[in-house]
Amino acid sequence: MFDPGLPYRCSPSVALRPEPFGALVYHFGTRRLSFLKTPQLVDVVSGLEHHADAHGAVEAAGVAQPQRPAYLRALAGLAANGTIEER
Amino acid sequence: MKLVDHFQYGLNSPICLTWELTYACNLACVHCLSSSGRRDPRELTTAEAKGVVDELMAMQVFYVNIGGGEPTVRPDFWELLDYSIDHNVGVKFSTNGIKLDGRRAAQLARTDYVDVQISLDGATADVNDHVRGPGSYDTAMRALENLAAAGFGQPKISVVMTRQNVDQLDDFKAIADKFGAQLRITRLRPSGRGADVWDELHPTAAQQRQLYDWLVARGEDVLTGDSFFHLSAYGEALPGLNLCGAGRVVCLIDPVGDVYACPFAIHEQFLAGNVRSPGGFQEVWQHSELFLELRQPQTGGACQSCLHYDSCQGGCMAAKFFTGLPLDGPDPECVRGFGEQALAARDGAVPLPKSEVDHSRSAPRKTRGPVPVTIGIGRPDRACETSPIAGFGASANDSGLFSPAP
Repeated sequence: MFDPGLPYRCSPSVALRPEPFGALVYHFGTRRLSFLKTPQLVDVVSGLEHHADAHGAVEAAGVAQPQRPAYLRALAGLAANGTIEER
Repeated sequence: MKLVDHFQYGLNSPICLTWELTYACNLACVHCLSSSGRRDPRELTTAEAKGVVDELMAMQVFYVNIGGGEPTVRPDFWELLDYSIDHNVGVKFSTNGIKLDGRRAAQLARTDYVDVQISLDGATADVNDHVRGPGSYDTAMRALENLAAAGFGQPKISVVMTRQNVDQLDDFKAIADKFGAQLRITRLRPSGRGADVWDELHPTAAQQRQLYDWLVARGEDVLTGDSFFHLSAYGEALPGLNLCGAGRVVCLIDPVGDVYACPFAIHEQFLAGNVRSPGGFQEVWQHSELFLELRQPQTGGACQSCLHYDSCQGGCMAAKFFTGLPLDGPDPECVRGFGEQALAARDGAVPLPKSEVDHSRSAPRKTRGPVPVTIGIGRPDRACETSPIAGFGASANDSGLFSPAP
């Protein structure tokens, strides 16, 4: 279960490919593709490992307050599909 | 902007790349979309092919769909397979099964990051061999048996839908289930030798409806390479990417290194460049005139006022081109029948576009004559190719910020 108060990182099995819309995500373990649909979400996901918790990464990426719940929901989805994981 | 709108303007690298390693083939299927048979002496060497893999790795193309011809008849096929996988470029290869004996099946079962797709165009030997040639059904079955015996997890059985096999859909599914395989069905294109048999083999209008209903009932249980998007005009959209990917998210590298907009468009009109040129594949993908043109906004042409344009967007570029229809008009298999009308209205005096690239064993040696028809490049519309992102879309709890690909 995703908890934004815990430390996360991008899974080592995952590669992010920068694209104009954000990034393409490829999981080498599950061979699934998914898409990060804003550049800011790419910043959040790649910044996770540098922050004590997920909240910190969202804040550091400069996500405006009203949008933060949506970003946390996105992170919960990414945790559920294995793109990000607790560290 | 929706994700598919972004896709229309092209990506830094393709999502779905088909790479045909050789035009050589032990079979001579009547509908071969690459008119394969004889090896081309200009085929990329092992070193050149490895150079392409290096480039794909640098471009973060995470896997390739390898085909041919019959790719496994290249003596360096297994070497290239290992090289690609070792460089984080996963491989899904299509084969008629000729080389998949017990030893190779065991080798594949030990290899991570490889998918095998066995071609089968009839659930019975008579239907299959009519199209793919004598003995080809048995070859495919033997390969599937060897893979199952070796413990290879979930190969794919790839079927091109024809007038003769639409009624066998349940039988194909039963064969797939028997071998622990996944069924994948794709559309017959009038490309390559397919142009010669399309009139005879393409499903009737009633069969298209039957196929659509079957697919809707099966959901994501059956793969389609997103190739039936033109049927979405019947109502409910089929799972998959709803966009013609040609030159935008999809392309083809052929055995001599030529880069085409899509695997069904081997014709000089859709030739973007060659991987042997300065800048290699990346230069072609990112800067070729053709691909930049394909990424321009489209108008919809004659289809624009149709109620269903949003769901089918005019259908498949290659299907239109090789049946002599304008690229900005209806697909020849338009579910509303506009394609049939357009086919009937063609000027019989104008020859159909034909590719100069023909390696059929029975064909005369390549002749370089004038190209009889030139038709302006319009925009293709939907993902007509073997898209890996079948079924991606908004989930119930979608935040709107990322799209999972189930």
